[in-house]
Amino acid sequence: MYTFSNRLKIGSFIAMAVGLICLATGFLSAPSTVEEAKAMVASAHDDGHGGGHGEEASSHAAEDHSGKDAHGEASTHGEEHDASHDEHLLHQLQNRPWSALYVAAFFFFMISLGVLAFYAIQRAAQAGWSPLLFRVMEGITAYLVPGGIIVFVILLLSVLHMNHMFVWMDADVVAHDKLLQGKAGYLNPTFFLIRAAIFLGGWIFYREYSRKLSLAQDESDDNSNFKLNFRISAAFLVFYLITESMMSWDWIMSVDPHWFSTLFGWYVFASMFVSGITVIAMVTIYLKSRGYLEDVNNSHIHDLAKFMFGISIFWTYLWFSQFMLIWYANIPEEVTYFITRIEDYKLPFFGMLAMNFIFPLLVLMNSDYKRVNWFVIMAGIVVLFGHYMDVFNMIMPATVGDQWYIGLPEIGGILFFGGLFVYWVFNTLTKQPLQPKRNPFIEESRQFHY
Amino acid sequence: MASKVIHALYTDDDVLMHAVKKVRAEHHHIDEVYTPFPVHGLDKALGLEDTRIAITSFMYGCLGLIVAIVMMNYIMIDDWPQDIGGKPSFTYLENMPAFVPIMFELTVFFAAHLMVITFYLRSRMWPFKKAENPDVRTTDDHFLMEIGVHNNEKELTALLWDTGAVEINVTEKES
Repeated sequence: MYTFSNRLKIGSFIAMAVGLICLATGFLSAPSTVEEAKAMVASAHDDGHGGGHGEEASSHAAEDHSGKDAHGEASTHGEEHDASHDEHLLHQLQNRPWSALYVAAFFFFMISLGVLAFYAIQRAAQAGWSPLLFRVMEGITAYLVPGGIIVFVILLLSVLHMNHMFVWMDADVVAHDKLLQGKAGYLNPTFFLIRAAIFLGGWIFYREYSRKLSLAQDESDDNSNFKLNFRISAAFLVFYLITESMMSWDWIMSVDPHWFSTLFGWYVFASMFVSGITVIAMVTIYLKSRGYLEDVNNSHIHDLAKFMFGISIFWTYLWFSQFMLIWYANIPEEVTYFITRIEDYKLPFFGMLAMNFIFPLLVLMNSDYKRVNWFVIMAGIVVLFGHYMDVFNMIMPATVGDQWYIGLPEIGGILFFGGLFVYWVFNTLTKQPLQPKRNPFIEESRQFHY
Repeated sequence: MASKVIHALYTDDDVLMHAVKKVRAEHHHIDEVYTPFPVHGLDKALGLEDTRIAITSFMYGCLGLIVAIVMMNYIMIDDWPQDIGGKPSFTYLENMPAFVPIMFELTVFFAAHLMVITFYLRSRMWPFKKAENPDVRTTDDHFLMEIGVHNNEKELTALLWDTGAVEINVTEKES
């Protein structure tokens, strides 16, 4: 049995508390009137060159929303600011803490959803190498419940017009937009929430049911639980592939309601899959370093790192497929998506490519390095940050535009949800023995070597 | 110069693996093992060095990438400047996304083909070469272990019978 180390527990509580304070500061310092928003941008303009993109700016991040961009805004538009523009600016600034909250909430939720898909694949494939890691995976997927509920609440608050992240939820906007009227049959608040409930309900149901069967298999004297788990996992994968794709349209792509990409679902899937596998590897290495999971050998770590490498390449493949077609065709309605990102988000956009592709490509290519624990951990940290930036790049350009900044609310979001994630996952790991007893493949997994 | 070698035949890969470990434990040098299919873990049991083919593969991949870059730069930018996707920038860097598939394909092409050619050459296999196989049964259902004899034929034979060999031949080998 695993016991939650006190240091980790206290660390996760501190992260949650600090994150909560940062998030609250972000919400409190968001402007509530057009005048405040204009004043914020103007003051950012005044000391714009001092703050801007430097790291030192984090101290006055709360009032300084990306000095450089604000500078461009103020000087190019000058006196031409019309009322609708000002209101747009206000909405962007008000959206910032909400978007920071949403990006972080979704990112950690997506990790456990990616692990759930990986787990279901191991079950459906009746993989022989991985049963030793099943309890670790089940621990990570336990976060689906709190993470999913939090994401759902954020979406619910968006429907209740607490923020302007999803412009299509605003009836006034839809009234003046033919394209959104055409999509209203699908993209309307009620159906949106019903779908979200179905997705989350299905995923959480599979997670809990599979976990129950997995634990029952340890106590039973035949393999019926194992076989049933195999069957429901195969069925779940079908459900998952459809709902995951729809979820990515609903929860992410719809922040840019005019733009669409047909492989967006796969692209988000690749992101969550690689993040999930990375977290499995990191949790496994952590538990091993504390003396648990004695039977997990470096071949298991090697295989997980191989998946990290492979899925990183897969993510790049999908990212590039999406980018190249739009870049090549150069259709204004489509290419605006990448133009915003390249003009206003140059560093996160290209930085994410370096972290998600070039870094894992070079670091994890060598077979021997995949067995070196600290190498896998280091690569994993970079991959996780890269995929946080990926989600950031998916949401932020539509919700806050050029008013983005990595400041208090963004860091606070990562700390709060990171702390909650760690606490929930490791707390679940203490509930059951870390090694399944009666999985029919457990011996094969123990003997696994490559 | 001809040298005397001993050929021990086995009919099971598990028996062969144990035999290899035992012969090596007795400090005899195994020249070669012929098997009808790849036996997992045999390279480790024989104490063979790790292959370096992956390193050559990486270098060939880099070569393919460079060839693709130089080639596309010459064809599409220098020799006959092309307006790609309605973006007449005529620079390599700004048209680079269009060349990525070619860069990828040539990287894979060079890595794969040159790696196979390297493997053949390194294994001293080329067209019309006479097979080095000492016994045709090793292409069917027998495993053969070849050990050089250095005035210890009797001792070796006894050891090999002991490891479960089904047949033992002592022959002269041309080399």
